[in-house]
Amino acid sequence: MGKTIAEKILQAHLLDDKAKVEPGEIVRAWVDVVLLNDVNGPIAFRHFENMGGGAVACPQKVVLVCDHFAPAPTAAGARLIGDMRRFAQQKGIEHFFDVGKGGIEHTLAPEQGLIVPGDLIAGGDSHTGTAGAFGAFGTGMSWAGMAAIMVLDETWFKVPESMRFTLRGKKAPFVTGKDVILRALQEIGVDGALYRSMEFGGPGVADLNIDERMGICNMMVEAGAKTGMVEPDEQTEAYAKAHAKRPYTLVRADPDAQYASRHDIDLASMRPMLAKPYSPENVVAVDEIKNVHVDQVYMGNCANGTLTDLRQIASVLKGRKIAPGTRAIIVPATQQVYVQAMHEGLIEQFVAAGAAVSTPTCGACFGGHNGALDDGEVAVATVNRNFKGRAGHAGAQVYLANSYVAAAAAVAGEIIDPARL
Amino acid sequence: MIFEGNVHVVGDHCDTDVMIPGRYLSLVEPKEIAKHIFEEVDPGFVQRVKPGDLLFAGRNFGSGSGREHAPFGLKALGLSCIVAASFSRTFYRMAIDLGLPILTCEEAARAAKAGQRARVDTSTGEITLDGQTFRTHPMPQFIQDIIEEGGLTPWVKREAARRRANAR
Repeated sequence: MGKTIAEKILQAHLLDDKAKVEPGEIVRAWVDVVLLNDVNGPIAFRHFENMGGGAVACPQKVVLVCDHFAPAPTAAGARLIGDMRRFAQQKGIEHFFDVGKGGIEHTLAPEQGLIVPGDLIAGGDSHTGTAGAFGAFGTGMSWAGMAAIMVLDETWFKVPESMRFTLRGKKAPFVTGKDVILRALQEIGVDGALYRSMEFGGPGVADLNIDERMGICNMMVEAGAKTGMVEPDEQTEAYAKAHAKRPYTLVRADPDAQYASRHDIDLASMRPMLAKPYSPENVVAVDEIKNVHVDQVYMGNCANGTLTDLRQIASVLKGRKIAPGTRAIIVPATQQVYVQAMHEGLIEQFVAAGAAVSTPTCGACFGGHNGALDDGEVAVATVNRNFKGRAGHAGAQVYLANSYVAAAAAVAGEIIDPARL
Repeated sequence: MIFEGNVHVVGDHCDTDVMIPGRYLSLVEPKEIAKHIFEEVDPGFVQRVKPGDLLFAGRNFGSGSGREHAPFGLKALGLSCIVAASFSRTFYRMAIDLGLPILTCEEAARAAKAGQRARVDTSTGEITLDGQTFRTHPMPQFIQDIIEEGGLTPWVKREAARRRANAR
């Protein structure tokens, strides 16, 4: 019987070769990467010491990224980053990215060649599934579970059922990967992929670059998914050739793989989408929203602060200004993206348009700092969650959208179809 | 294990941001985290919960951000057990790893009303709400073992010691 991508990747990481990789089975496996940030890392380190401490069993697999409380907004945040620095020094963790040295983990790790196609990635962060853009199995796990991997160099996984999303056609104007995942969330809801893997394939995949695939995989967890991936192709291989620091494998699904459900998405007939407050499943097309004034536009997160996003934003802001009464915040995802955006003149253009441009950080995306909202304020954001209170006051409202739609809202001061600017 | 206490109720898709907002993620002490549970959406929740009480929730409890602050805080608040129609997968594994018992039972989750008395037996899957009994799958044995041992930490400590002894 054929296998899905998730099943094949788990199969390749079994500790017991004879284990059955079938949905519902629990298998012991090793992982390629243990990805921790300054929120989950320090707590995982505490678990690690409570589990007996000592040397990390797999220091070369551990990737530590300071991105949430970075740069530290408070003394408590500085303490977390200090915990990261000390653990890296004491345990001999080579892959440690301090403030100013890296960026947001899910964009940074593949850019640094630390996540490669075919990998099995355990992360303390729920958006670890972003690795699916590179044909890897990434999943967010418990932080005690992350510590356990650093002690035992193994973990267990329940083999997920898979759902297949077949993409066809070429993207309509102003449609991006973000809209593909919002469209999927509209169809299946915030628990429509609970415990499952969401597999994206089909001829339409070729019309989505790696950055846009990150936008898709980043939000699979918003449907409850354990993991998911875009079927690797020439673009995946080209990216891996340019970045990978380890051998990689392009894992594709068998034609007779078994799926819990199949879904079709026609890219050509799509419209830019937004998720209205307070749920990522509350999705409508941009044309369906009228007369919504926007106080703040936030552009950036672990999958939408890519160079592709910054170029999309720039294409809308070109020759325009941020609307009076609206503020815009743009956050490149990594230092490399930041520098490349500078070379291309994008940063200068953003500042000239009246946008605030910040150093890479998760900051406002998780409601930590760098752009909180007050009661009654409305924001459009390219982030992944719009839950009540997440962006600041519980009375604030956040609409999730792609970078074109966000930039259009910034110049119009209201939610508007970018085509109508 | 058997738990008895008063019932607290939340609805479907209760996400971790409403349980503990992101700005508190710099807290690491469970007792400190517990003070802010449901602060934005239900400021009286923390005062209403008494040690041993049980939480009944709808579908997809613990969705959104995977943050141990949520199960840590709920446990430190004194909640003894959570019954939900379904759980987000990160919350489920986090709760088990921290030794917080959880059961999936849609019927009981739908029937529960705030203020009822509940009795939950995690080894048989029997849930009683003011005398009305529901049955669900008990927690798998290896998960019961982890919880009875107090979570994943003591389990890993013992396993690591066993491996070191075998390696000698």
